[in-house]
Amino acid sequence: MLVGLDVGGTHVDVVLVNHGEVEEKVKVPTQSDNLLESVLSALSAILKNKSPEKLHRLVLSTTLGTNAIVQGKVDPVGVIVVSGPGIDPEEFSVGDHYVPITGYVDHRGREVKPIKRVEVLNAAKKFEKAGIRQVAVIGKFSVRNPVQELTIREILKDKFDHVCLGHLISGNLNFPRRIATTYLNSAVQPIHTNFFNSVRDSLQKHRIEKIPFILKADGGTLNLDASLEQPVQTILSGPAASITGALLDPPDSPTTAVLDIGGTTTDMAILVDKVPLFEPLGIKIDRYNTLVRSFKTMSVGIGGDSVVRVEGDRITIGPERIGPAMAYGGPRPTPTDAIITLGLSADGNREKAMEGMKLVADKIGVSPEKAAAQVFEKTCSEILTALNRMVKEINKKPVYTIKELLTGYQVDVKSLLVVGGPAPYFASKLCELSELDAFVAENPEVTNAIGAACARTTCAVTVFVDTEQGFLLVPEMDYKERVSQTFTRQDAIGKAYSLLRKKALALGCSENEIEMELVEEMEFNMVRGFYTTGKNIRVKAQIKPGIITA
Amino acid sequence: MKAKHPLALVFFPAFDWAISPTHPEREERLLYTQDQIFEEGLFDIEGIVEYKPELATIEDIQRVHFCVPDERAVTTESHLISAGGAITVAEAVLNRKVNRGFALVRPPGHHSMRVVHGARGFCNINIEAIMIEYIRDKFGVDRIAIVDTDCHHGDGTQDIYWHDPDTLYISIHQDGRTLYPGSGFHYEMGGPNALGTTINIPLPPKTSEEGFLYALEEVVLPALDDFKPELIINSAGQDNHYTDPITNMNFSAQGYAKLTSRLGADIAVLEGGYSIEGALPYVNLGIILAMAGLNYDRVVEPDYDYEKIKQPRSNTEYIKELCEEINEFRKNIDEMVPKVRAKGETKTRNRQIYYDTDNITENQIEEVVLCNDCAGALKIDSQALGRKRICAIMIPRKACSICRDMGYRWFEEADRRRFDYVYLQDRPAKKYIAR
Repeated sequence: MLVGLDVGGTHVDVVLVNHGEVEEKVKVPTQSDNLLESVLSALSAILKNKSPEKLHRLVLSTTLGTNAIVQGKVDPVGVIVVSGPGIDPEEFSVGDHYVPITGYVDHRGREVKPIKRVEVLNAAKKFEKAGIRQVAVIGKFSVRNPVQELTIREILKDKFDHVCLGHLISGNLNFPRRIATTYLNSAVQPIHTNFFNSVRDSLQKHRIEKIPFILKADGGTLNLDASLEQPVQTILSGPAASITGALLDPPDSPTTAVLDIGGTTTDMAILVDKVPLFEPLGIKIDRYNTLVRSFKTMSVGIGGDSVVRVEGDRITIGPERIGPAMAYGGPRPTPTDAIITLGLSADGNREKAMEGMKLVADKIGVSPEKAAAQVFEKTCSEILTALNRMVKEINKKPVYTIKELLTGYQVDVKSLLVVGGPAPYFASKLCELSELDAFVAENPEVTNAIGAACARTTCAVTVFVDTEQGFLLVPEMDYKERVSQTFTRQDAIGKAYSLLRKKALALGCSENEIEMELVEEMEFNMVRGFYTTGKNIRVKAQIKPGIITA
Repeated sequence: MKAKHPLALVFFPAFDWAISPTHPEREERLLYTQDQIFEEGLFDIEGIVEYKPELATIEDIQRVHFCVPDERAVTTESHLISAGGAITVAEAVLNRKVNRGFALVRPPGHHSMRVVHGARGFCNINIEAIMIEYIRDKFGVDRIAIVDTDCHHGDGTQDIYWHDPDTLYISIHQDGRTLYPGSGFHYEMGGPNALGTTINIPLPPKTSEEGFLYALEEVVLPALDDFKPELIINSAGQDNHYTDPITNMNFSAQGYAKLTSRLGADIAVLEGGYSIEGALPYVNLGIILAMAGLNYDRVVEPDYDYEKIKQPRSNTEYIKELCEEINEFRKNIDEMVPKVRAKGETKTRNRQIYYDTDNITENQIEEVVLCNDCAGALKIDSQALGRKRICAIMIPRKACSICRDMGYRWFEEADRRRFDYVYLQDRPAKKYIAR
């Protein structure tokens, strides 16, 4: 049996899945000041009367990191950046202890200017004086040659608790994002480590020996130990949980939009051939653009509890939530009140809901029922407008080869899959307005927890080969080897697969789960003068995103 | 960080297109530029927006060229994307989605002339001209200036606008006596109907930042002030760089960025530039930052040494005299115009044009109506040796009725037995006829 647990803003959702079927589902309220207690009480509720030995896998998704970042409750981090020429590194400053130093690696990974040891030591002194225990080190083009980052870590490793290096975070190029991501990783590391060590201890006390996996923003998992090194990958796993849950039984359609309708927001994602689309570089966390792999999602401030207002003779929905629906004792009318007024849902206090709709009705001069119908229609149509915007943006994504441009795939949504608490009420209206097939997930109120339960262990590797200089590099794994002039693209692909397998196993993937795919392969002849002097090969491989169906 | 001038970028490296495997125009050309701009995170900067290129259409090409035998025969998809990328950027600027635009596309276009029998100087169709005529038709813009900062004289663009008084073409390049295509001398100033709207500034080899910026201040900027264009286009070739393998100049990334910043072009289009590792990543970064109004002080090549690439004193003196002479010409244009237009009804020039990329030799007789009211109807008798002979007639965009009638008369009179094809481009009527 698989157990998935997703901590949300108001509820902890937890499910127990056996052979692809949801056997148990539990919701407990989130105690925002005691996440550990929330997690444990939800777990003990679902595992009541179950024998812990039968637990095959336990996956957690929490808001721990996100909350800490949004509330500014993260540890101070000393950030050292090695930038060389280009945009002034001060533009990418993060945290209160940011130190650019001398040194420079170019786009081919050649060390053009060495670092100065004394500058590193001076930075360290400053950090120590400020009581800093976490250091992040990021070099421009360090994914082409990490030598300067590694040297700096050697100098600093005994002086601080943890030194995070940029090239280990992602193989992608983007120095500002690498800075922000490495910084966030260092910033949430202490709080993440404390929390999950406590979780591990408490589980052992409850005689649960299975070490939990943590959900990532890309809908995959990694084991607890690996997450301690890269906690940043587990921030913002919430939206990924629901999308992954939707993969359990997606509609048979070439392109499906997943709409996760919650209380405050609706999160959207696109499935092409039942596989979610990814962000090209990484997710945005709070105000930081990062290199954290994630699904392509868009969030709009429209949900069941969004505040409904009348401006002039126009009804507006959201974008904020002021409280629950009036039917549940809230202060202001909401789409949920409209749903209850219309009789679509029998939950809540209908009189209170009607009262809310009357507030709207009086301002636009119609009956409460008519007002409710308008509120409901407006809510649905705004969700669909946002979806259209998202699809348009995806289709505008630039490509860099003639073949891709001419044969370019364009997203054309054919069906909707609605998940989240209010999903059943919304589906038929969304269907009517969009003229698309709309489906409601099974157990829509816990799709997120189902996603956590069934998520696979995923990871990716970036292989960069330069046969003129004679090396192969996989930055995220700190792997480098010499290669000869005769090294081919096929060799690089082989290497990518074997290293990916190794990495996946280290993250807790089981051998039979491993399903790999290439996501990028490019090869360039390098010509200097009139002669071919080498090959520049770039290969990316990943564990195919998806779910465990066993 | 936020762009002071919101900037549209089309980046299309055409990673699957080359003239031949070891040709300077090969797949690898913009690879390191891509690495640099990705690593710098340029597309995350607020106000820098990346656009996906549209494909140029046959109609877009027919506003500019006479392709022999037709457009399909002399272009591939890559050329349509390159020209289309320039159009995409122009659309974003003219629709006021952004202030400025840069089409970082390949292959280039500024050696393509009005008549196209094949490829010359790595170019098949003139991507700037196609963009400009698109802008004129769709947005009604009239006066446009092109400043070509590629190291090679943009003889194609010059040819297309030779007779057009509404397009100012200025080229700064390495002296034609020392480099392909061997033209662009300072006395080339435009046809009889457009005298003074072509300006050539041929600089001697080894000219560095000092010389380029001097020519910019002394000739280019004053000429732009006089012309008062509605739009300024920069043909942003990057082969004046001191590391370029096929030219002999000493310009730098800092120099390009300063030039871009002072020029303040609305739209830039990439042309040549073949130092793919040592120059392009830095020059492109400098140009993008300068166009967006962002700080570029730290954009410097790894091996940059100001003293080492400083131009010889003789260059400084030569350039000073050259600029004086050009400005002297410019002052006297108004007196020269009536004289050049007084010599008969039409003016004819005979030329031989060589297509180095495709090894074609073309003989051309071009006849233009001398006209005080418009750019003048144009007739070209063109024979590519061992290939086709064609007659092409152009009625200019703002043609007077006399030139319009002349164009149609030429078209009717063209002897179908002598020519494989006869073409008519009627710009006012937006018509293109081939037979």
